[in-house]
Parts: sequence; structure tokens; C-alpha cells
Amino acid sequence: MATLAVALTGNPNTGKSTIFNELTGARQKIGNWPGVTVDKKVGYTRYKDRAISIVDLPGTYSVNARSPEEKIVIDYLMNNKLDLVMDVVDSSNIERNLFLTVQLLEQGIPLLIDLNMQDDAERRGIRIDVKKLEEAIGMPVVETVGRSSKSTRKLLDVFTDTVMSQYHVSAQVQEHIDRVQAIRAKDIPDSSKEEALIEARYELIDKIMAQAVNTEHVSQSVSEKLDRYLANGFLALPIFLAILYAVFQITFTWIGQPIADVLDDVINTDFVAFMTDFLTDAGVADWLVSLVCDGIIAGVGAVLTFVPLIFVLFFCLSFLDGTGYMARIAFIMDPIMRRCGLTGKGVMPLMMGFGCGVPAIMGARALDSEKDRMVSILVTPFLTCGAKLPIMALFAAMFFPDQAANVVFAMYIAGVVMAIVAAKCLGATVFRDKGSTFLLELPPYRLPDMKTVLLETWDKGKGYLVKAGTIIFAASVLLWVMSNYNFSGPCEIEDSILAMLGSWMSQLFVFHGFATWEAGAALLSGIMAKETVVATMGILYGAADVSTEAEDAIETAGAFMNTGMATSFTALSALAFMVFSQLYTPCVTALGTIKKEAGGWKWVAFSAVYMFVTAWLISLLVYQIGRLLGF
Amino acid sequence: MTLKEGKPGMLLKVQHIHDSELKERLMTMGLTPGTRVRVLRSAPFGDPMAIGVRSYSLALRRADAEKVEVVMAS
Repeated sequence: MATLAVALTGNPNTGKSTIFNELTGARQKIGNWPGVTVDKKVGYTRYKDRAISIVDLPGTYSVNARSPEEKIVIDYLMNNKLDLVMDVVDSSNIERNLFLTVQLLEQGIPLLIDLNMQDDAERRGIRIDVKKLEEAIGMPVVETVGRSSKSTRKLLDVFTDTVMSQYHVSAQVQEHIDRVQAIRAKDIPDSSKEEALIEARYELIDKIMAQAVNTEHVSQSVSEKLDRYLANGFLALPIFLAILYAVFQITFTWIGQPIADVLDDVINTDFVAFMTDFLTDAGVADWLVSLVCDGIIAGVGAVLTFVPLIFVLFFCLSFLDGTGYMARIAFIMDPIMRRCGLTGKGVMPLMMGFGCGVPAIMGARALDSEKDRMVSILVTPFLTCGAKLPIMALFAAMFFPDQAANVVFAMYIAGVVMAIVAAKCLGATVFRDKGSTFLLELPPYRLPDMKTVLLETWDKGKGYLVKAGTIIFAASVLLWVMSNYNFSGPCEIEDSILAMLGSWMSQLFVFHGFATWEAGAALLSGIMAKETVVATMGILYGAADVSTEAEDAIETAGAFMNTGMATSFTALSALAFMVFSQLYTPCVTALGTIKKEAGGWKWVAFSAVYMFVTAWLISLLVYQIGRLLGF
Repeated sequence: MTLKEGKPGMLLKVQHIHDSELKERLMTMGLTPGTRVRVLRSAPFGDPMAIGVRSYSLALRRADAEKVEVVMAS
């Protein structure tokens, strides 16, 4: 039998993705719809000897084809031969959810209507009569309760048993469709037509509601009560800050960092020792042992040790998103973010930016307007991502031993302030004529589905693993070659290609106090990946036991103390170097993401150059003003 | 009056929406003429505001709420 082709459609916040994840588990592929930056999710499953393919279409409120998501939904449903289209409806929000349902029926698409989270609706006193709803619309209706294996099995039964061609829209829906055609044929402006259509749809929905839904005894929801504290008055902000603090504690102190430490030990001590012995015993040439151990394992290992941090942070953020609290953060932060030239919905992508800029840039997809999206993409890389942190930690520990924590914190603030200033400037210049809007559903609070949270965490974090395996791998090999060879063959590091490029680069920093070829080379390698800055300095200054863990900054600083590094920087030039590393050109992976998300090399060049120039100027100011002040 | 002037707890009825970029989206989200709307709360700095409409909560900025003409619902 042929594969059963199913498509899921529905509003955002209906639990549609959870149903998709429950149905398909990990057997899913996430790609992109051609030409646009919208996730395309396809999953597979087998049931009663039938192969079923399921497409999870983007959640939309309508299909007016105004946004890329809406266009994808309607194009996909109109142009593909599907056995079944399931419209997932949040039962406690059925009224507005039916808008999309009605719109799809107008297009002649037969629908299986899934009343999801039936239990929530019942608890709130919204009683839906399934039989009457089927009669009112003429399409089959199934009830589910979100995450439960019983619901999953029930859906699979319905998928395999339902023959959609047996169903026809009810008389009143047909009447509505005729009316829609009459409105479309009228000789009035398009916008008036659209408005008349929207009103007609809600008129039909009001009728269906009266026939099949009883909302007489609706009680105030738990969400409503919670929102009195979480999204109201001035208590909301301290609560948000406390939650934010907890997220960072979990990531950098309680869970993420301890795992990262173990991983660091395993990779950079045990595994390096093992490989060195293994390769030497096998009689491999010295240069190859050095390439594998000093080059590749050190480089890729430096990135891998950040994986726990990144994944823990993204897990926390995905979890918060699943509870519905992220929407409240957007709500309470909007006035503040707007004054900064951003929007409330931009908080989530920015928070990801403290982990890794790549998913943060991708996260800007969720923003409403072109302006908000572009500004968010372009300012996110100023933030202190996980890879910049060790640079800050090392320099702070070496040159400001008594104030280390404060100096690192100051660098975080510098990144945030710079992002705000840049957002303001971009908003007032490049994107001046574009408006910003904010229209946001505040979904009910829910306990998130763990499978969905984990899959989202994986989806956001996997880019980082790919980066370790591809770009960092290549960069490690390249760096090793460049630091061990020049054009006439193997050489000492002072005569290497890297030293040459570094001293060329360092010409730019004669007024910044760190015009050494070592600093130049480290910064150059940082454009490949910020993780390599500390590692490169370790190689160049010949410091042993260099750890790229922020946690080990004090020991690492000790290792650097006896090298040339301690004397080639003063406290002031170290500060200038930190400021520069904090703000300059994002790594190539981030630049690649900017190309995809912002659409074009123009924006890659723009962000590479404007960030470099900004960093150069601010760092210069720090050094020169510091000198004037007598430091 | 406009929705912008709505205070928490007020029950209002949408009259019409002035032409604006958001008009179609606001209507799609359920703010059609005749719809009853309850003002739920404001964010800490008084803006945006949250309203209850068609049994869900919607947040919008006051600048956009100004485009929505409303009357007190009895």
C-alpha cells in the first residue's frame, strides 16, 4: 500500500508540534522550505502495516499569504496530493482557532479537526459537543489531550481509518463559501474585501460556537491568576530577573559547567595522553602526532567542552518557551526593549546569544517585522557568547587578579550596551523607514512536553556540534600548519606563516597597546572561531596546560605568567584587547548564519566590517583615554 | 473612546478599527466589530496591554490599540 501522506496545520500554541513529536518520535527530518528561512519538519511512522509520512506545517493564525509561513501552508496544501490534512485546534481557544479552519474549508481542503488539550478546556468549563461540531461543520472531529500515548494511538487509528472523500461541508459552511465567492466578485478595493471576508468568517464561527460549544460556566483560568504576578505591575520584573539569574546559574555553575569540566579533563588530558602514546607506539611521524594532538584534538576539544554549556542553556530556554512564560517575558520587556530599538519578542534570541550567536541569529525568525529581525540579527554578535567568555576570564585573571569577576562582568555589560547602541543607530539610519509592530498571543501556562523540549534543544544546539566537526576541524588543521610552517618548509613558530600574518594584523593596533604578532595572530584565528583565541595564544607563548575553560582561568593565567604574555600586555592594553575581542567581527559560522538569515553577502560584509570598525574605535578609546588618565 | 484608554477590568465592545498596517491582523486575531473585549492588564511600564478576546489573551501596544474604536459594553 502506498504511504499515507498526512499534513498537520493549525494555530501557534495549539500543541501541534507536541503531537507531531509524539507521532514521529525522533524519526523526523528538519530542513528548510526552499527559498525561505522557515523550518520544514517531516516525520515518518508505521502503523498497522502502513507507512505514514507526516508534515508539520508552520503554525499560523490565517492563510492570507502575508507572511512566508502563511504562504507555505496554503501552497503546500493546495499543491500536494495529501490523504489527510489534520487541523489541530486548541480546545480552550476554539473560537479564534476556527478562523484558520474556516479559511481552509473555503479553499476546498477537507479537514480532520483535532480538538487538542480537551482536558484543559474541560477544566476551564468550556464544553464542546463533538457530535454537534461535526454536524455544524460537516468534517470529522477527534479529541486528544496532548501528550499521552493513548491520544497518539487514537490519532493513528483515525489516520488509517478515515476516508476524507466521504465527508462534505455542512449546508451552512457551503452557504458561507458561496458568500465568500460573492464578496470576492464584488467591485470594491482589496482591503475592504479582506475585511468583509474576515467578518463573514467570524459570523460563521459565532454560529458554530452557538451550536456546539457551551461556555456558560467558564471559570477564570489558572493562567489568569498566575499572570497577576508574572505579567503585571512591577513585581513582574524582579521575578523575571530571578528566573534569568537561575537560568545562568544552572548553565554556568550548577549543571552545565560541572559537566563541561569533566569533559574537558577527559578530552584534553586523558584522550590527548592516550592518543599521543597510541600514535607514538604505532610509529607515526612526530609531525603527525603533533597535528593530531596539538592541532586537531586541542582545537576540536576546545569547542566540544562548550557543548554542555550551550545545551543546558538552550534546554532552559526551550523549557521556558514550552511553559508559555517566554511570551510573558516578551510582554513585560517590550517597553524596555523598544527604548533600546528592539522588541519584546527579541528577548529570547538575545538570551540565546549568551550561549552561541548562531541559534540566536536564527531565533530572530520569530520576530514580527523585517526591521526587528534585521536589527536583532546584526546586534546579537556583540554579546558575550560562550566562546568569548574564556578570553575575558583569562585576561581578567592575569591582569586584574583582584577584580577578575568584576572585569568579566563589565565586559558582559559592554557587549549589551554596544548591542543597544548599535540597535538604536541601525534603527535610526539603515532601517529608519520600517515600522515595528507587536501583536502577541499570551498562551495559557502549561507543563511543557519533555520530548518537545529535548528535540528543540537538540535542534538549536546541533549547529554547534556540526561547527566543531567541520569549521573548527578545518581551522585547527589550518592553524597548526600555519604555526609550524612557512613557505620554505617546517620552521620555528616565530618564523611561521601565522607569525607573518599576525605581525601584519598587528599593524592595526599600534595605538591600542597590543601591536604584537602574537595578539594579531590570536585575533585573526578568532575570526575562524572565538574559541581558538586562547588556544592560539597558548601555542604562541608556549604556555603549557592551557585550558579554554573559563573556570580554570586562574590556573591558565598561572601558566601564562611565566611566558612573554605577562610582559607584552599592560593592564590597560589587556583591557583594550578584551574590549576588542568582545566586539569585533563574528566568527565565520555566525557570518554564514547571517548570510542565510539576512539574505545575502551584503549583510555579511556589512556586519563583519561595522563590528570590526566599532571594536577598533572603542578599544582605541579605552586605551588612549586610559593613558590620559595615567594608567 | 479607543482601546488605548482601556483600564484593567473594563468590558468593551469593538466599534471599528481605523485603517492601519495592523488592521487586517487585528481583525484576523478576532477583533471584529461587535466583539466584546476585556482589558486584562498592562505591562510594568503601562505598555503593552493585554486583553481577553474570544476566550484567549492578546498583547498589543497602546499605539496600536489607539486605532481600535470601542464603547463600554453593558
